[in-house]
Amino acid sequence: MSEPNVLRVLVADDEAGIRLGVRRALDGMRVPVEGYGDDFTFAVDLAADGEEARRKLDEERFDILLLDHSMPGRLGMEILEDLRGREGAPLTVMITAYASLDMAVRATKQGAFDFLAKPFTPDELEDVLEKASRHVVSDREARRLAKERRQVRFEFLSVLAHELKAPLGAVEGYLMLLEDGILAQDPEKTASVVGRCRERIGGMRKLIFDLLDLTRIESGTKQRQLGAVDVAVVVARVIETFTPEAERRGIELKTVLRGDTLMHADAGELEIILNNLVSNAVKYNRDAGTVTVRVDGGEPDRLGIAVSDTGIGMSPEETARLFGEFVRIRNEKTGGISGSGLGLSIVRRLARLCGGDVTVASAPDEGTTFTVTLDRDTAASEGGTP
Amino acid sequence: MTTPPEPKGAPCVLLVDDDRDFLDQLALRFEREGYTVITAGNEKEAGERLAERLPDLAVVDLMMDQMDGGFTLAYRIKQLDPAIPVLLVTGVTAETGLEFSRDDRGQQAWIKADAVLAKPVRFEQIQRELERLGVRHV
Repeated sequence: MSEPNVLRVLVADDEAGIRLGVRRALDGMRVPVEGYGDDFTFAVDLAADGEEARRKLDEERFDILLLDHSMPGRLGMEILEDLRGREGAPLTVMITAYASLDMAVRATKQGAFDFLAKPFTPDELEDVLEKASRHVVSDREARRLAKERRQVRFEFLSVLAHELKAPLGAVEGYLMLLEDGILAQDPEKTASVVGRCRERIGGMRKLIFDLLDLTRIESGTKQRQLGAVDVAVVVARVIETFTPEAERRGIELKTVLRGDTLMHADAGELEIILNNLVSNAVKYNRDAGTVTVRVDGGEPDRLGIAVSDTGIGMSPEETARLFGEFVRIRNEKTGGISGSGLGLSIVRRLARLCGGDVTVASAPDEGTTFTVTLDRDTAASEGGTP
Repeated sequence: MTTPPEPKGAPCVLLVDDDRDFLDQLALRFEREGYTVITAGNEKEAGERLAERLPDLAVVDLMMDQMDGGFTLAYRIKQLDPAIPVLLVTGVTAETGLEFSRDDRGQQAWIKADAVLAKPVRFEQIQRELERLGVRHV
């Protein structure tokens, strides 16, 4: 593997003067490429005829090939043809004895990147190589990103498979208890086992729905139903959803509204954001705690929604990891709490889709506040990356 | 967690796992076999249970909050009474590809357990291991 900022160049020409001239010009040449701190330099290899060029191309990897079109036996065009579509093929610049339009069109059709007409000056050579270098570098970058995406996807699927397997295994285990008649005499235990199965299946269903939400947002195929929305109405609906669970644990749900709470947005998106945040605020609260939803509409262009709890809180290390996919904070305090591990990841994506973001402030055993800021007109921010 | 009343003469098993479902299922099966069952969801809880009562047998999950919680717990139990059989169950092979075995001579020296079973584990496998270890059945 060569150094990152050195590009390997093969010069294939039957004229010794051209080969040596190009080598001399390239030896000291430094080409700046946008986005890279250091200039690029070139490591040059030479081939005196088509056969030698073919051999070297088979044995080694080059970034750029300067290829004489009119080597004996028309080998130049044949080599170009061979290289087409080959994995890791160099970017080819044709060197021609005369610049004819016909030649240029044919070479480009065969996959040449550019061409140089003899005789050429060092400046012309430098221009062409600068262009070629930029292309090679952006190509490399694109390949690296694609590889990274594949890796991220693989890891996501591995964790997902694990998260789906766990509830299946649990339910299967309970079914085996029933099958083996372990609970036959005990209706109370049977009811508790069936209840637990339903809980695990419910968790699995939530995971699948979250996953669908996430996929739709990420792929951009989610249909946004934009319209006038009063955030206060969405908040009231979400609070209502969580009231039974909160009452069971003596948790008070409070709403504080300030200023203008109207938005131009997708009510479904706001509901998903609020559902996830309020759900967390209840789940990770202490019994007899408080959940406060504050909507701050004091500014003309932005709107803030803050959801606070008085629960177990998190350490700075835990909050730092929080928005990643399948991140669930595991410690003694969170032992019995279930979740898909996707909720906050979804909240962040949706907030960004609405031209905003989400932040978190937390202290262990005191509580946590999630603050979402959104563009009041989320249609204007639709171009944003989720 | 739960400490059921002790029927006289019933053997006592300590079950330790952070997977609540696996723990409950195992508990129900051991109860059915006539055991008094003590459960713990992590190493710390297990320590508290051990301070209250020494079990006749322990089944311990290898990976809990701490990566090697099961190993240290097995070691502690053996320190309290080397005669208590300790079974380690572990999903570590499925999760990390690492393999542990009591059959490996090098590993016998440092794994302070009488058997290592890979998850998913069926109750019959545990029973078979107990028979092999000569643990008396009810």
